[in-house]
Amino acid sequence: MSGRQHHPRIPILIAAPATLAVMFLLLPLVSMLIRAPWHGMGRLLSDSAVLTALRLSLECATAASVASLLLGVPLAWVLARTSFPGLGLLRALVTLPLIVPPVVGGLALLLAFGRNGVLGRYLDSWFGITLPFTTAGVVMAETFVAMPFLIVTVEGALRSSDLGLEEAAATLGASRITIFRRITLPLIGPSLGAGAVLCWARALGEFGATITFAGNYPGTTQTMPLAVYNALESDPEAAIALSLVLLVVAVLVLVILRDRWLRAGSGP
Amino acid sequence: MFTRSTALASGTALVLVLVAGCSSSSPSGSTVTPAAGTSSGSGAGSLSGTVTVFAAASLTGTFTALAKQFEAAHPGVTVKLNFGASSTLAQQIMAGAPADVFASASAKNMTQVTGTGAASNPVTFVKNTMEIAVPPSNPANVTSVADLAKSGVKVALCQAQVPCGATALAVFGKAKITVKPVTLEADVKSTLAKVQLNEVDAGVVYVTDVLAAGSKVKGITIPADINASTSYPIVTLAKAPNAAGAQAFEDYVLSAAGQSVLGAAGFSKP
Repeated sequence: MSGRQHHPRIPILIAAPATLAVMFLLLPLVSMLIRAPWHGMGRLLSDSAVLTALRLSLECATAASVASLLLGVPLAWVLARTSFPGLGLLRALVTLPLIVPPVVGGLALLLAFGRNGVLGRYLDSWFGITLPFTTAGVVMAETFVAMPFLIVTVEGALRSSDLGLEEAAATLGASRITIFRRITLPLIGPSLGAGAVLCWARALGEFGATITFAGNYPGTTQTMPLAVYNALESDPEAAIALSLVLLVVAVLVLVILRDRWLRAGSGP
Repeated sequence: MFTRSTALASGTALVLVLVAGCSSSSPSGSTVTPAAGTSSGSGAGSLSGTVTVFAAASLTGTFTALAKQFEAAHPGVTVKLNFGASSTLAQQIMAGAPADVFASASAKNMTQVTGTGAASNPVTFVKNTMEIAVPPSNPANVTSVADLAKSGVKVALCQAQVPCGATALAVFGKAKITVKPVTLEADVKSTLAKVQLNEVDAGVVYVTDVLAAGSKVKGITIPADINASTSYPIVTLAKAPNAAGAQAFEDYVLSAAGQSVLGAAGFSKP
Protein backbone atom coordinates (compact mmCIF):
# COMPACT_ATOMS: atom_id res chain seq x y z
CA MET A 1 0.00 0.00 0.00
CA SER A 2 2.91 2.39 -0.57
CA GLY A 3 3.38 5.00 -3.27
CA ARG A 4 -0.20 6.20 -3.36
CA GLN A 5 -0.87 8.34 -6.42
CA HIS A 6 -1.89 11.97 -6.29
CA HIS A 7 -5.62 12.01 -6.82
CA PRO A 8 -7.51 14.70 -8.74
CA ARG A 9 -10.01 16.92 -6.96
CA ILE A 10 -13.17 15.09 -5.83
CA PRO A 11 -16.23 16.15 -7.87
CA ILE A 12 -18.79 18.00 -5.78
CA LEU A 13 -21.58 15.56 -6.61
CA ILE A 14 -19.56 12.94 -4.81
CA ALA A 15 -18.03 15.17 -2.14
CA ALA A 16 -21.38 16.50 -0.92
CA PRO A 17 -23.09 13.18 -0.15
CA ALA A 18 -19.81 11.74 1.11
CA THR A 19 -19.45 14.64 3.55
CA LEU A 20 -23.04 14.15 4.61
CA ALA A 21 -22.40 10.46 5.20
CA VAL A 22 -19.39 11.22 7.38
CA MET A 23 -21.37 13.77 9.40
CA PHE A 24 -24.30 11.42 9.76
CA LEU A 25 -22.17 8.54 10.95
CA LEU A 26 -19.89 10.50 13.25
CA LEU A 27 -22.08 13.23 14.72
CA PRO A 28 -24.00 10.87 17.06
CA LEU A 29 -20.75 9.43 18.41
CA VAL A 30 -19.17 12.86 18.78
CA SER A 31 -22.33 14.10 20.52
CA MET A 32 -21.95 11.31 23.03
CA LEU A 33 -18.43 12.53 23.79
CA ILE A 34 -19.67 16.13 24.08
CA ARG A 35 -22.51 15.23 26.44
CA ALA A 36 -20.53 12.71 28.47
CA PRO A 37 -20.55 13.41 32.21
CA TRP A 38 -16.74 13.46 32.35
CA HIS A 39 -16.46 14.76 35.92
CA GLY A 40 -18.71 12.04 37.29
CA MET A 41 -17.29 9.29 35.11
CA GLY A 42 -15.20 7.66 37.81
CA ARG A 43 -18.13 7.48 40.20
CA LEU A 44 -20.54 6.21 37.54
CA LEU A 45 -18.22 3.50 36.25
CA SER A 46 -16.94 2.29 39.60
CA ASP A 47 -20.48 1.48 40.66
CA SER A 48 -20.58 -2.20 41.52
CA ALA A 49 -23.65 -2.77 39.33
CA VAL A 50 -21.74 -1.44 36.33
CA LEU A 51 -18.71 -3.60 37.05
CA THR A 52 -21.00 -6.62 37.40
CA ALA A 53 -22.63 -5.92 34.03
CA LEU A 54 -19.25 -5.33 32.40
CA ARG A 55 -17.77 -8.54 33.78
CA LEU A 56 -20.84 -10.52 32.74
CA SER A 57 -20.67 -9.01 29.25
CA LEU A 58 -17.01 -9.85 28.77
CA GLU A 59 -17.44 -13.39 30.09
CA CYS A 60 -20.54 -14.14 28.02
CA ALA A 61 -19.12 -12.65 24.81
CA THR A 62 -15.95 -14.69 25.27
CA ALA A 63 -17.88 -17.88 25.96
CA ALA A 64 -20.07 -17.22 22.91
CA SER A 65 -16.96 -16.72 20.77
CA VAL A 66 -15.41 -19.96 21.99
CA ALA A 67 -18.67 -21.80 21.26
CA SER A 68 -18.79 -20.18 17.83
CA LEU A 69 -15.22 -21.25 17.08
CA LEU A 70 -15.81 -24.84 18.18
CA LEU A 71 -19.03 -25.22 16.19
CA GLY A 72 -18.69 -22.58 13.49
CA VAL A 73 -15.26 -23.41 12.05
CA PRO A 74 -16.18 -27.03 11.25
CA LEU A 75 -19.42 -25.80 9.70
CA ALA A 76 -17.54 -23.22 7.63
CA TRP A 77 -15.28 -26.03 6.42
CA VAL A 78 -18.29 -28.13 5.40
CA LEU A 79 -19.82 -25.16 3.56
CA ALA A 80 -16.57 -24.32 1.76
CA ARG A 81 -15.10 -27.71 0.98
CA THR A 82 -17.89 -30.19 0.47
CA SER A 83 -20.71 -30.46 -1.96
CA PHE A 84 -24.06 -32.15 -1.55
CA PRO A 85 -27.60 -31.34 -2.63
CA GLY A 86 -29.05 -28.48 -0.65
CA LEU A 87 -25.68 -27.05 0.37
CA GLY A 88 -26.60 -23.63 -0.98
CA LEU A 89 -29.84 -23.66 0.96
CA LEU A 90 -28.02 -24.76 4.10
CA ARG A 91 -25.55 -21.90 3.72
CA ALA A 92 -28.42 -19.43 3.38
CA LEU A 93 -30.24 -20.85 6.39
CA VAL A 94 -27.32 -20.88 8.81
CA THR A 95 -26.50 -17.28 7.99
CA LEU A 96 -30.11 -16.25 8.49
CA PRO A 97 -29.45 -14.91 12.03
CA LEU A 98 -27.32 -12.21 10.36
CA ILE A 99 -30.47 -10.80 8.82
CA VAL A 100 -33.23 -11.78 11.23
CA PRO A 101 -33.94 -9.06 13.82
CA PRO A 102 -32.31 -10.19 17.09
CA VAL A 103 -35.58 -9.94 19.01
CA VAL A 104 -37.06 -12.45 16.56
CA GLY A 105 -34.06 -14.67 17.20
CA GLY A 106 -34.70 -14.38 20.93
CA LEU A 107 -38.32 -15.37 20.52
CA ALA A 108 -37.30 -18.30 18.31
CA LEU A 109 -34.81 -19.43 20.97
CA LEU A 110 -37.58 -19.22 23.56
CA LEU A 111 -39.83 -21.40 21.43
CA ALA A 112 -37.03 -23.93 20.95
CA PHE A 113 -35.24 -23.96 24.32
CA GLY A 114 -37.77 -22.33 26.64
CA ARG A 115 -39.46 -24.25 29.41
CA ASN A 116 -42.35 -24.87 27.05
CA GLY A 117 -40.16 -25.06 23.95
CA VAL A 118 -39.87 -27.76 21.31
CA LEU A 119 -36.66 -29.11 22.85
CA GLY A 120 -36.70 -27.14 26.09
CA ARG A 121 -39.65 -29.04 27.55
CA TYR A 122 -37.61 -32.24 27.49
CA LEU A 123 -34.53 -30.52 28.93
CA ASP A 124 -36.79 -29.41 31.75
CA SER A 125 -38.70 -32.64 32.39
CA TRP A 126 -35.80 -35.07 31.86
CA PHE A 127 -32.84 -33.16 33.24
CA GLY A 128 -34.41 -30.27 35.14
CA ILE A 129 -32.50 -27.80 32.97
CA THR A 130 -34.16 -24.52 32.12
CA LEU A 131 -32.14 -22.15 29.99
CA PRO A 132 -34.13 -18.89 29.91
CA PHE A 133 -33.15 -16.39 32.60
CA THR A 134 -29.75 -18.02 33.11
CA THR A 135 -26.26 -16.89 32.16
CA ALA A 136 -26.10 -19.91 29.85
CA GLY A 137 -29.13 -18.45 28.12
CA VAL A 138 -27.22 -15.22 27.53
CA VAL A 139 -24.33 -17.17 25.97
CA MET A 140 -26.80 -19.06 23.76
CA ALA A 141 -28.51 -15.88 22.58
CA GLU A 142 -25.16 -14.27 21.81
CA THR A 143 -23.86 -17.37 20.03
CA PHE A 144 -27.02 -17.56 17.93
CA VAL A 145 -26.58 -14.01 16.73
CA ALA A 146 -22.78 -13.85 16.47
CA MET A 147 -21.72 -17.25 15.09
CA PRO A 148 -22.80 -16.49 11.50
CA PHE A 149 -20.26 -13.63 11.42
CA LEU A 150 -17.51 -16.15 12.12
CA ILE A 151 -18.90 -18.70 9.69
CA VAL A 152 -19.11 -16.22 6.83
CA THR A 153 -15.60 -14.88 7.45
CA VAL A 154 -13.97 -18.28 7.78
CA GLU A 155 -15.85 -19.79 4.85
CA GLY A 156 -14.70 -16.94 2.62
CA ALA A 157 -11.10 -17.52 3.70
CA LEU A 158 -11.36 -21.26 3.09
CA ARG A 159 -12.75 -20.73 -0.39
CA SER A 160 -9.95 -18.43 -1.42
CA SER A 161 -7.09 -20.32 0.27
CA ASP A 162 -4.63 -22.35 -1.76
CA LEU A 163 -5.85 -25.91 -2.20
CA GLY A 164 -2.47 -26.97 -3.62
CA LEU A 165 -0.87 -27.26 -0.19
CA GLU A 166 -3.68 -29.42 1.11
CA GLU A 167 -3.51 -31.64 -1.96
CA ALA A 168 0.24 -31.99 -1.57
CA ALA A 169 -0.22 -33.03 2.05
CA ALA A 170 -2.87 -35.52 1.01
CA THR A 171 -0.60 -37.12 -1.58
CA LEU A 172 2.03 -37.47 1.17
CA GLY A 173 -0.48 -39.49 3.18
CA ALA A 174 -1.76 -37.00 5.72
CA SER A 175 -5.25 -37.67 7.00
CA ARG A 176 -8.01 -35.10 6.48
CA ILE A 177 -7.98 -34.17 10.15
CA THR A 178 -4.20 -33.71 10.10
CA ILE A 179 -4.47 -31.57 6.98
CA PHE A 180 -7.17 -29.46 8.60
CA ARG A 181 -5.15 -28.99 11.76
CA ARG A 182 -1.66 -28.54 10.28
CA ILE A 183 -2.33 -26.90 6.90
CA THR A 184 -5.82 -25.39 6.67
CA LEU A 185 -6.07 -23.72 10.07
CA PRO A 186 -2.66 -21.99 9.86
CA LEU A 187 -3.50 -20.82 6.33
CA ILE A 188 -6.71 -19.15 7.37
CA GLY A 189 -5.29 -17.99 10.70
CA PRO A 190 -5.64 -14.24 10.10
CA SER A 191 -9.23 -14.60 8.87
CA LEU A 192 -10.03 -16.86 11.75
CA GLY A 193 -8.72 -14.22 14.15
CA ALA A 194 -10.66 -11.45 12.43
CA GLY A 195 -13.82 -13.54 12.37
CA ALA A 196 -13.44 -14.35 16.04
CA VAL A 197 -12.98 -10.69 16.97
CA LEU A 198 -15.98 -9.69 14.85
CA CYS A 199 -18.02 -12.45 16.45
CA TRP A 200 -16.92 -11.36 19.92
CA ALA A 201 -17.81 -7.74 19.23
CA ARG A 202 -21.23 -8.71 17.93
CA ALA A 203 -21.82 -10.90 20.97
CA LEU A 204 -20.77 -8.07 23.28
CA GLY A 205 -23.31 -5.74 21.73
CA GLU A 206 -26.14 -8.25 21.66
CA PHE A 207 -29.38 -6.86 23.06
CA GLY A 208 -32.60 -8.04 21.44
CA ALA A 209 -32.14 -11.79 21.58
CA THR A 210 -30.67 -11.57 25.08
CA ILE A 211 -33.48 -9.56 26.67
CA THR A 212 -36.09 -11.75 24.96
CA PHE A 213 -34.58 -15.14 25.71
CA ALA A 214 -32.50 -14.58 28.82
CA GLY A 215 -34.44 -11.76 30.44
CA ASN A 216 -32.91 -8.98 32.42
CA TYR A 217 -31.55 -9.47 35.91
CA PRO A 218 -28.43 -7.85 37.38
CA GLY A 219 -25.61 -10.33 37.90
CA THR A 220 -27.07 -13.22 35.93
CA THR A 221 -28.37 -11.90 32.61
CA GLN A 222 -28.04 -8.12 32.59
CA THR A 223 -25.20 -7.42 30.15
CA MET A 224 -23.87 -3.96 29.31
CA PRO A 225 -26.33 -3.15 26.49
CA LEU A 226 -29.23 -4.12 28.77
CA ALA A 227 -27.73 -2.01 31.55
CA VAL A 228 -27.55 0.94 29.14
CA TYR A 229 -31.21 0.47 28.23
CA ASN A 230 -32.18 0.25 31.90
CA ALA A 231 -30.10 3.21 32.97
CA LEU A 232 -31.59 5.37 30.24
CA GLU A 233 -34.89 5.39 32.09
CA SER A 234 -33.61 6.33 35.51
CA ASP A 235 -30.18 7.88 35.06
CA PRO A 236 -29.35 9.05 31.50
CA GLU A 237 -25.87 10.17 32.59
CA ALA A 238 -25.06 6.65 33.70
CA ALA A 239 -26.38 5.36 30.37
CA ILE A 240 -23.97 7.66 28.51
CA ALA A 241 -21.07 6.55 30.70
CA LEU A 242 -21.87 2.87 30.07
CA SER A 243 -22.23 3.54 26.35
CA LEU A 244 -18.81 5.15 26.27
CA VAL A 245 -17.29 1.96 27.67
CA LEU A 246 -18.85 0.00 24.81
CA LEU A 247 -17.65 2.65 22.36
CA VAL A 248 -14.09 2.30 23.65
CA VAL A 249 -14.33 -1.47 23.21
CA ALA A 250 -15.58 -0.96 19.65
CA VAL A 251 -12.64 1.33 18.89
CA LEU A 252 -10.27 -1.32 20.25
CA VAL A 253 -11.86 -3.93 17.96
CA LEU A 254 -11.37 -1.55 15.05
CA VAL A 255 -7.71 -1.13 15.96
CA ILE A 256 -7.26 -4.90 16.08
CA LEU A 257 -8.93 -5.33 12.71
CA ARG A 258 -7.49 -2.24 11.06
CA ASP A 259 -5.08 -4.05 8.75
CA ARG A 260 -7.87 -6.21 7.51
CA TRP A 261 -10.46 -3.50 7.01
CA LEU A 262 -8.23 -0.75 5.74
CA ARG A 263 -6.84 -2.99 3.03
CA ALA A 264 -8.79 -2.71 -0.18
CA GLY A 265 -10.60 -5.95 -0.87
CA SER A 266 -10.49 -8.80 1.57
CA GLY A 267 -8.35 -11.85 1.18
CA PRO A 268 -7.09 -14.36 3.70
CA MET B 1 -12.96 26.78 0.32
CA PHE B 2 -15.92 27.46 -1.92
CA THR B 3 -16.27 23.79 -2.69
CA ARG B 4 -16.22 22.73 0.91
CA SER B 5 -18.80 25.23 2.15
CA THR B 6 -21.11 24.46 -0.77
CA ALA B 7 -20.84 20.79 0.01
CA LEU B 8 -21.71 21.35 3.64
CA ALA B 9 -24.60 23.63 2.78
CA SER B 10 -26.09 21.26 0.25
CA GLY B 11 -25.57 18.38 2.64
CA THR B 12 -27.37 20.19 5.43
CA ALA B 13 -30.19 21.15 3.09
CA LEU B 14 -30.58 17.53 2.06
CA VAL B 15 -30.80 16.42 5.69
CA LEU B 16 -33.48 19.02 6.37
CA VAL B 17 -35.47 17.91 3.36
CA LEU B 18 -35.20 14.28 4.39
CA VAL B 19 -36.19 14.98 7.98
CA ALA B 20 -39.10 17.18 6.94
CA GLY B 21 -40.26 14.52 4.53
CA CYS B 22 -40.17 11.84 7.20
CA SER B 23 -41.93 13.77 9.89
CA SER B 24 -44.72 15.12 7.75
CA SER B 25 -45.56 11.89 6.00
CA SER B 26 -47.80 10.34 8.61
CA PRO B 27 -50.05 13.30 9.47
CA SER B 28 -50.47 14.28 5.83
CA GLY B 29 -51.72 10.82 5.03
CA SER B 30 -54.60 11.24 7.43
CA THR B 31 -55.73 14.76 6.55
CA VAL B 32 -57.86 13.62 3.68
CA THR B 33 -60.98 14.94 5.37
CA PRO B 34 -62.28 18.52 5.27
CA ALA B 35 -59.85 20.61 7.22
CA ALA B 36 -61.81 23.81 7.02
CA GLY B 37 -61.96 25.66 10.30
CA THR B 38 -59.30 23.54 11.97
CA SER B 39 -58.34 26.29 14.36
CA SER B 40 -61.57 28.25 14.47
CA GLY B 41 -63.09 26.49 17.43
CA SER B 42 -63.03 23.45 19.61
CA GLY B 43 -66.51 22.12 18.89
CA ALA B 44 -66.91 18.57 17.67
CA GLY B 45 -66.61 18.33 13.92
CA SER B 46 -63.90 20.94 13.70
CA LEU B 47 -61.24 18.43 14.71
CA SER B 48 -58.94 16.94 12.14
CA GLY B 49 -55.53 15.41 11.67
CA THR B 50 -53.73 12.97 13.87
CA VAL B 51 -53.75 12.82 17.64
CA THR B 52 -50.62 11.08 18.89
CA VAL B 53 -51.16 9.44 22.26
CA PHE B 54 -48.30 8.07 24.36
CA ALA B 55 -49.87 5.66 26.83
CA ALA B 56 -48.66 3.22 29.47
CA ALA B 57 -48.42 -0.39 28.28
CA SER B 58 -51.16 -1.39 30.73
CA LEU B 59 -53.58 0.84 28.78
CA THR B 60 -53.01 -1.09 25.53
CA GLY B 61 -56.43 -2.74 25.34
CA THR B 62 -58.57 0.07 26.72
CA PHE B 63 -56.90 2.93 24.83
CA THR B 64 -57.08 0.98 21.57
CA ALA B 65 -60.83 0.64 22.13
CA LEU B 66 -61.18 4.27 23.22
CA ALA B 67 -59.24 5.46 20.18
CA LYS B 68 -61.61 3.56 17.86
CA GLN B 69 -64.65 5.09 19.57
CA PHE B 70 -63.08 8.53 19.48
CA GLU B 71 -62.33 8.20 15.77
CA ALA B 72 -65.91 7.10 15.16
CA ALA B 73 -67.20 10.15 17.06
CA HIS B 74 -64.84 12.49 15.19
CA PRO B 75 -64.65 11.46 11.55
CA GLY B 76 -61.46 12.76 10.05
CA VAL B 77 -59.40 12.33 13.17
CA THR B 78 -56.86 9.56 13.41
CA VAL B 79 -55.52 8.50 16.79
CA LYS B 80 -51.98 7.20 16.71
CA LEU B 81 -51.10 5.15 19.80
CA ASN B 82 -47.65 4.51 21.19
CA PHE B 83 -47.59 2.11 24.13
CA GLY B 84 -44.60 1.48 26.37
CA ALA B 85 -43.30 1.67 29.90
CA SER B 86 -44.38 5.00 31.40
CA SER B 87 -40.75 5.70 32.28
CA THR B 88 -39.68 5.11 28.66
CA LEU B 89 -42.49 7.30 27.33
CA ALA B 90 -41.60 10.07 29.77
CA GLN B 91 -37.99 9.99 28.54
CA GLN B 92 -39.14 10.06 24.92
CA ILE B 93 -41.40 13.05 25.57
CA MET B 94 -38.66 14.93 27.40
CA ALA B 95 -36.36 14.18 24.45
CA GLY B 96 -38.85 15.94 22.17
CA ALA B 97 -41.03 13.14 20.79
CA PRO B 98 -43.97 14.76 18.94
CA ALA B 99 -46.74 13.51 21.25
CA ASP B 100 -50.08 15.23 21.85
CA VAL B 101 -51.26 13.32 24.92
CA PHE B 102 -49.39 11.46 27.66
CA ALA B 103 -51.20 8.91 29.82
CA SER B 104 -48.89 7.58 32.52
CA ALA B 105 -49.30 4.63 34.86
CA SER B 106 -47.85 6.58 37.75
CA ALA B 107 -47.77 10.08 39.13
CA LYS B 108 -43.98 9.84 39.33
CA ASN B 109 -43.43 9.57 35.57
CA MET B 110 -46.00 12.31 35.00
CA THR B 111 -44.15 14.57 37.42
CA GLN B 112 -40.94 13.98 35.44
CA VAL B 113 -42.69 15.42 32.40
CA THR B 114 -44.55 18.29 34.07
CA GLY B 115 -41.40 19.13 36.02
CA THR B 116 -39.63 20.08 32.79
CA GLY B 117 -42.53 22.30 31.74
CA ALA B 118 -43.53 19.98 28.89
CA ALA B 119 -47.07 19.87 30.28
CA SER B 120 -49.13 21.13 33.19
CA ASN B 121 -52.25 20.22 35.18
CA PRO B 122 -52.47 16.46 34.62
CA VAL B 123 -55.75 14.82 35.66
CA THR B 124 -55.92 11.40 37.31
CA PHE B 125 -58.42 9.31 35.37
CA VAL B 126 -58.16 5.80 36.89
CA LYS B 127 -56.36 3.68 39.44
CA ASN B 128 -55.05 0.15 39.11
CA THR B 129 -54.17 -2.52 41.66
CA MET B 130 -51.90 -5.53 41.46
CA GLU B 131 -52.60 -9.21 40.96
CA ILE B 132 -50.46 -12.32 40.64
CA ALA B 133 -50.60 -13.94 37.21
CA VAL B 134 -49.61 -17.60 36.87
CA PRO B 135 -49.70 -19.94 33.85
CA PRO B 136 -53.05 -21.78 33.63
CA SER B 137 -51.41 -24.98 34.95
CA ASN B 138 -49.89 -23.06 37.89
CA PRO B 139 -46.67 -25.15 37.77
CA ALA B 140 -45.28 -23.89 41.08
CA ASN B 141 -48.60 -24.01 42.91
CA VAL B 142 -48.58 -20.35 43.80
CA THR B 143 -51.56 -19.44 45.98
CA SER B 144 -50.46 -16.33 47.84
CA VAL B 145 -48.04 -13.42 47.76
CA ALA B 146 -45.86 -15.23 50.32
CA ASP B 147 -45.33 -18.07 47.83
CA LEU B 148 -43.45 -15.67 45.55
CA ALA B 149 -40.64 -15.47 48.09
CA LYS B 150 -40.07 -19.24 48.08
CA SER B 151 -36.87 -20.41 46.46
CA GLY B 152 -37.45 -22.31 43.25
CA VAL B 153 -40.43 -20.19 42.30
CA LYS B 154 -39.50 -18.32 39.13
CA VAL B 155 -40.98 -14.83 39.29
CA ALA B 156 -41.02 -12.11 36.62
CA LEU B 157 -41.40 -8.51 37.75
CA CYS B 158 -41.29 -5.17 36.02
CA GLN B 159 -38.17 -3.07 36.56
CA ALA B 160 -38.35 -0.89 39.64
CA GLN B 161 -38.40 2.34 37.60
CA VAL B 162 -41.52 1.16 35.73
CA PRO B 163 -44.82 1.80 37.61
CA CYS B 164 -45.81 -1.90 37.69
CA GLY B 165 -42.41 -2.72 39.20
CA ALA B 166 -42.61 0.02 41.82
CA THR B 167 -46.15 -0.97 42.78
CA ALA B 168 -45.21 -4.65 43.02
CA LEU B 169 -42.38 -3.71 45.37
CA ALA B 170 -44.91 -1.75 47.47
CA VAL B 171 -46.97 -4.96 47.76
CA PHE B 172 -43.93 -6.94 48.90
CA GLY B 173 -43.16 -4.22 51.40
CA LYS B 174 -46.64 -4.46 52.90
CA ALA B 175 -46.44 -8.27 52.93
CA LYS B 176 -42.98 -8.01 54.54
CA ILE B 177 -41.36 -10.39 52.08
CA THR B 178 -38.38 -10.21 49.76
CA VAL B 179 -38.77 -11.62 46.28
CA LYS B 180 -35.80 -12.49 44.11
CA PRO B 181 -37.14 -12.47 40.55
CA VAL B 182 -35.47 -14.23 37.63
CA THR B 183 -36.06 -11.28 35.34
CA LEU B 184 -36.93 -7.60 35.49
CA GLU B 185 -38.98 -6.79 32.43
CA ALA B 186 -39.19 -3.48 30.59
CA ASP B 187 -42.95 -3.10 30.89
CA VAL B 188 -46.00 -4.88 32.25
CA LYS B 189 -46.92 -6.49 28.93
CA SER B 190 -43.56 -8.23 28.62
CA THR B 191 -43.88 -9.42 32.23
CA LEU B 192 -47.28 -10.86 31.36
CA ALA B 193 -45.87 -12.40 28.17
CA LYS B 194 -43.29 -14.35 30.16
CA VAL B 195 -46.17 -15.83 32.20
CA GLN B 196 -48.24 -16.56 29.09
CA LEU B 197 -45.27 -18.33 27.52
CA ASN B 198 -45.04 -20.42 30.70
CA GLU B 199 -41.40 -19.42 31.11
CA VAL B 200 -41.94 -18.21 34.67
CA ASP B 201 -44.09 -19.54 37.49
CA ALA B 202 -45.61 -16.19 38.36
CA GLY B 203 -45.60 -12.53 37.50
CA VAL B 204 -46.93 -9.54 39.38
CA VAL B 205 -49.04 -7.45 37.02
CA TYR B 206 -52.12 -5.24 37.14
CA VAL B 207 -55.59 -6.70 37.71
CA THR B 208 -56.50 -5.25 34.30
CA ASP B 209 -53.79 -7.32 32.60
CA VAL B 210 -55.03 -10.56 34.16
CA LEU B 211 -58.56 -9.71 33.05
CA ALA B 212 -57.42 -8.85 29.52
CA ALA B 213 -55.38 -12.04 29.20
CA GLY B 214 -58.51 -14.12 29.72
CA SER B 215 -57.82 -17.85 29.98
CA LYS B 216 -54.17 -17.50 28.96
CA VAL B 217 -53.20 -16.82 32.57
CA LYS B 218 -54.73 -17.51 35.94
CA GLY B 219 -55.11 -14.66 38.41
CA ILE B 220 -54.39 -14.96 42.11
CA THR B 221 -55.97 -12.11 44.01
CA ILE B 222 -53.81 -10.10 46.36
CA PRO B 223 -55.77 -9.27 49.57
CA ALA B 224 -56.68 -5.60 49.89
CA ASP B 225 -54.70 -5.11 53.11
CA ILE B 226 -51.39 -5.86 51.36
CA ASN B 227 -52.31 -4.70 47.86
CA ALA B 228 -50.99 -1.45 46.45
CA SER B 229 -52.29 0.80 43.71
CA THR B 230 -50.98 3.28 41.20
CA SER B 231 -52.87 6.21 39.78
CA TYR B 232 -52.99 7.08 36.09
CA PRO B 233 -52.71 10.77 35.19
CA ILE B 234 -53.35 12.07 31.68
CA VAL B 235 -52.24 15.38 30.20
CA THR B 236 -52.20 17.33 26.95
CA LEU B 237 -48.63 18.29 26.22
CA ALA B 238 -47.66 21.95 25.95
CA LYS B 239 -46.06 21.42 22.55
CA ALA B 240 -48.85 19.19 21.22
CA PRO B 241 -48.82 19.43 17.41
CA ASN B 242 -52.61 18.93 17.51
CA ALA B 243 -53.67 20.70 20.72
CA ALA B 244 -57.40 20.75 19.98
CA GLY B 245 -57.46 17.06 19.13
CA ALA B 246 -55.36 16.27 22.18
CA GLN B 247 -57.71 18.09 24.54
CA ALA B 248 -60.72 16.40 22.94
CA PHE B 249 -59.15 12.96 23.42
CA GLU B 250 -58.28 13.75 27.03
CA ASP B 251 -61.88 14.90 27.62
CA TYR B 252 -63.13 11.70 26.02
CA VAL B 253 -61.04 9.53 28.36
CA LEU B 254 -62.48 11.45 31.33
CA SER B 255 -66.06 11.30 29.99
CA ALA B 256 -68.66 8.80 31.18
CA ALA B 257 -68.22 6.79 27.98
CA GLY B 258 -64.46 6.62 28.45
CA GLN B 259 -64.74 5.76 32.13
CA SER B 260 -67.15 2.90 31.40
CA VAL B 261 -64.66 1.31 28.97
CA LEU B 262 -61.91 1.62 31.58
CA GLY B 263 -64.18 0.36 34.36
CA ALA B 264 -65.17 -2.71 32.35
CA ALA B 265 -61.47 -3.52 31.90
CA GLY B 266 -60.94 -3.63 35.66
CA PHE B 267 -59.61 -0.15 36.38
CA SER B 268 -60.96 1.48 39.52
CA LYS B 269 -62.14 5.04 40.01
CA PRO B 270 -59.41 7.47 41.03
